[in-house]
Amino acid sequence: MISNDAGWAIALAVFLPALGAIVLSLMPSHKDTEARWTAVLFSGAALLVATGILAGFDFGASDQLQFETNVAWIDAISARYHTGIDGISMPLFYLTFLLTFLCAIYTTKHLPDPGKPKAFLALMLLLETGMAGTFIAFDLVLFFIFWELVLVPMYFMIGMWGGPRREYASVKFFLYTLFGSVFMLVAFLAVYFQSGGQTWDIMELSAMGIGSRTFQIWAFLGIFLGFAIKVPMWPFHTWLPDAHTEAPTVGSVLLAGILLKMGTYGFIRIGLPILPEGAEAFAPILGVLGVIGIIYGSLCCLAQTHVKRLIAFSSVGHMGFVMLGIAALNERGIQAALYGNIAHGVVTGLLFFLAGSLHERYHTLEIDEIGGGMLVKIPKYGVLFTYTAVASLGLPGLAGFWGEFTAMWAAIFPAENLEANYGGLYLALVIGAGIGTLLTAGYFLWLLQRVNLGRPAPQWADKRLDDVMAIEWVSWLPLAFIILLMGVYPRIIFGVQDAAVARLVTFLN
Amino acid sequence: MSIDYAAIAPEIALTITAIVVLLADLFLKGDGKRLVNPIATVGTIVTIVLTAALWGETRSTFGGMFVVDAYAVVFKMMFLLTLGAILAVGYRYFAEGRFFQGEYYFLLLVSFLGMIVMPSARDLVVLFVAIETVSIPAFVMAGLRKRDLYSSEAAIKFFLIGVLSVAISLFGMSMIYGFTGTTSLTGIADVLRSTSNPEPLLLGSLLLVIVGFGFKVSAVPFHFWAPDTYAGSPLPVTAMLAVASKAAGFAGLLAVTFIAFEPYASIWAPALGVLAVLTMTIGNLTALQQRDIVRLLAYSSIGQAGYMLVPFGIAQAGNATLNTQAIESVLFYLIAYAIMNVGAFGVVIAVYRKGGDRSLNDYAGLGYRSPIMAIAMTGFLLSLGGAVPMVGFWAKWFVFVASVQAATTFGYALAIFVVLNAVIAMFYYLRVAWIMWMREPREGAPALTPGFILASAVTVLMLVSLVLGLLPGIVTQYSSAIEIAAR
Repeated sequence: MISNDAGWAIALAVFLPALGAIVLSLMPSHKDTEARWTAVLFSGAALLVATGILAGFDFGASDQLQFETNVAWIDAISARYHTGIDGISMPLFYLTFLLTFLCAIYTTKHLPDPGKPKAFLALMLLLETGMAGTFIAFDLVLFFIFWELVLVPMYFMIGMWGGPRREYASVKFFLYTLFGSVFMLVAFLAVYFQSGGQTWDIMELSAMGIGSRTFQIWAFLGIFLGFAIKVPMWPFHTWLPDAHTEAPTVGSVLLAGILLKMGTYGFIRIGLPILPEGAEAFAPILGVLGVIGIIYGSLCCLAQTHVKRLIAFSSVGHMGFVMLGIAALNERGIQAALYGNIAHGVVTGLLFFLAGSLHERYHTLEIDEIGGGMLVKIPKYGVLFTYTAVASLGLPGLAGFWGEFTAMWAAIFPAENLEANYGGLYLALVIGAGIGTLLTAGYFLWLLQRVNLGRPAPQWADKRLDDVMAIEWVSWLPLAFIILLMGVYPRIIFGVQDAAVARLVTFLN
Repeated sequence: MSIDYAAIAPEIALTITAIVVLLADLFLKGDGKRLVNPIATVGTIVTIVLTAALWGETRSTFGGMFVVDAYAVVFKMMFLLTLGAILAVGYRYFAEGRFFQGEYYFLLLVSFLGMIVMPSARDLVVLFVAIETVSIPAFVMAGLRKRDLYSSEAAIKFFLIGVLSVAISLFGMSMIYGFTGTTSLTGIADVLRSTSNPEPLLLGSLLLVIVGFGFKVSAVPFHFWAPDTYAGSPLPVTAMLAVASKAAGFAGLLAVTFIAFEPYASIWAPALGVLAVLTMTIGNLTALQQRDIVRLLAYSSIGQAGYMLVPFGIAQAGNATLNTQAIESVLFYLIAYAIMNVGAFGVVIAVYRKGGDRSLNDYAGLGYRSPIMAIAMTGFLLSLGGAVPMVGFWAKWFVFVASVQAATTFGYALAIFVVLNAVIAMFYYLRVAWIMWMREPREGAPALTPGFILASAVTVLMLVSLVLGLLPGIVTQYSSAIEIAAR
């Protein structure tokens, strides 16, 4: 328990992994096991600090910035080091530390070629600093620095430890995202100058109400490009399937679990409150692109023959639901979006873990080559896979359900102006999303049917395949538990965000 | 007229060092000649101290031809620190090559003497002398590898183009003197300001002077000498040419444009803006196709010069706030560029040392052969590309902000080109990083042994570019003190 005015705690949690990366890079390279446990140690320590922050967090005042630090940083451009945490940041912030810690544990046993745990884990810890920092930065410049910080480690993770087409995938990921963030930076600058060139502070800018409607639309366009590529929204999603397919397991988990959320978080934290009029003008577009993403993602999933690629396209669909929630621009919609973020992070994170282990066992992820019978061959794994897939398709009682359901519910009655002007469109969007849920259920069930049911294919029938290993239980069970908890008691997330989202919505009006 | 010796103390110290180095080389034999490097380093440190002592003062001597102010001190510090870094990264290269050590260090010091005069020059004649002092030793240095045909080619090309460019500049300067009757930069500005209807020939002479400097900073279309000269010169000389000599060109260009020709900014600013766009785009697009690391860095340095030219494009006559900001952004970019490019050349020298490797393929697996060098190189490349959290990001940031702040269509257009080029450039910087880390090293490729001095110089440069990436305020607190264009 750390008292909630202790701003240093956040800095400690965010920069402890970076320190770990430095320590790792100074270790001699033959110390294989030691490197792996050092990473566990540092990410564990960071998780511990994050848990302390969680314990010290005043949930009654989740609309207020807590653990705040606000000191001068770059005077020449009046950028400040302003960090803090509120109800919107908290779940994502904590999920970052939890997932990275689980990844570190997973890596003690599994690491793809060419090995080199030292470099791999140093990059992972650096990535953790970037991801966690994004969620607690309340200065646009600081936010941008953390935002960009994730690019390089992820690039190397995909490029060095990835699959056969890793060069293409890593460069595509890097340049695509860089391109988007450059436009985002332009929009930030426009906001800064339009507001009088005094502050980059997200809170102050939110309260300000900047520029004319036309200005806000243009500025939102820049922010939109940056965030939409990260989410990724259709039609900016094409980097994602490649990156996911080629990335090593841990890379995929963190990419799906945290990196994509940075995009939706950015929309909610920066786009909506600072540029409310721009957001309102863009909301129908966000909604339409989101629903296209849902349907397009599902249809692509039906056509996939590769498990990881299928999960990647399912991410496009799920993030579509999140965007639909944001497009509603009301309290319920934003709640749904944030909830969907966490749910997708946990569920898809676990799915990518499972896919990674599937590859360890079968050395292929082609559905036809695996050929069914997993429930017979490796029953525990099969059950876990079924559980997670079912959670992902949105079965009530598990995490996936509430985000999608609430998003559709919110979109039936979007914000006042939107309902007056686009009521029919939003209704159509909800119907489209409903069809999307059916398709989602369809492709996941079909996937389960093809890999889980039936008899094992002849080439695997006599092979010895390990069922879930101890280290996998350790890294997967927490996620499986959270999926269940979020499903039966959704208030655990909704409750934290409640006040913060309510405050955010006041900026929209 | 008395001379203010305190104001020229750094120049005097560097001159004495250069002479001591030359004499020491005469009397030292064999391996003893290695001592000239430490002597030069000590002299450089003394000069740095003398320069730092001038911070916060404004001194003017030689009848206002030579001025020491915040702008000059920041520039001089940048040159001197670059000199220190080049001395460190080049030590082994020359000590082991055993050729012309004394001459090299003497020429290097003299060339830097010209550089530190440059930002203080407030008169066309001093400017001309400074630029010649920078260039003439550099012609010789480029050809120091006498038996290497490429080196001779480099020297000849550099010499011919260098002389041509200086001749063009001088021609322009003489005509400007004819029109205005003065060689003092502020004097020229005063006359130009009162001339409401300028003669076309006067405008032509302004452009001639600018074109001369355009060769110096290797702006497209005056860049074609640079890749061959860089590729052929001894590597430490290449580092010096790509960084310090170019920065000297910018110092001169800043002085003539923002002080002397300031009233006619509406004429030269668009011209330089267009040059900036051409320079960065052509530099970066050509760099994409290079197979040799030195040539890649050569074209990259042309691209980088393009970014540095961008703030010139937004200058406005009489708008002191904007102009000062433009100068600050150029200055910050030069400082960042010096750190990251000297660092990158340091790594190139280290790789070259065993067996003369300089093709991109020779960098395969550098991550395994020398993790420190590979990490440092990755940092420098990312910094050159403008990735956070390296200093190169802020360099682009300030240039970008300056061009947006102009709030003109041309300014926005320049900003867009900066952005597009940053993305293009990232592609080839990343490719080198990719080759270093993700390709297997060649069979039997030796581990790198850069030596202690080179390794620590590269490490320090890497750390500096990281620290400045996190806290750019360390530099901006000095660079924002300049007032050259305040009028």
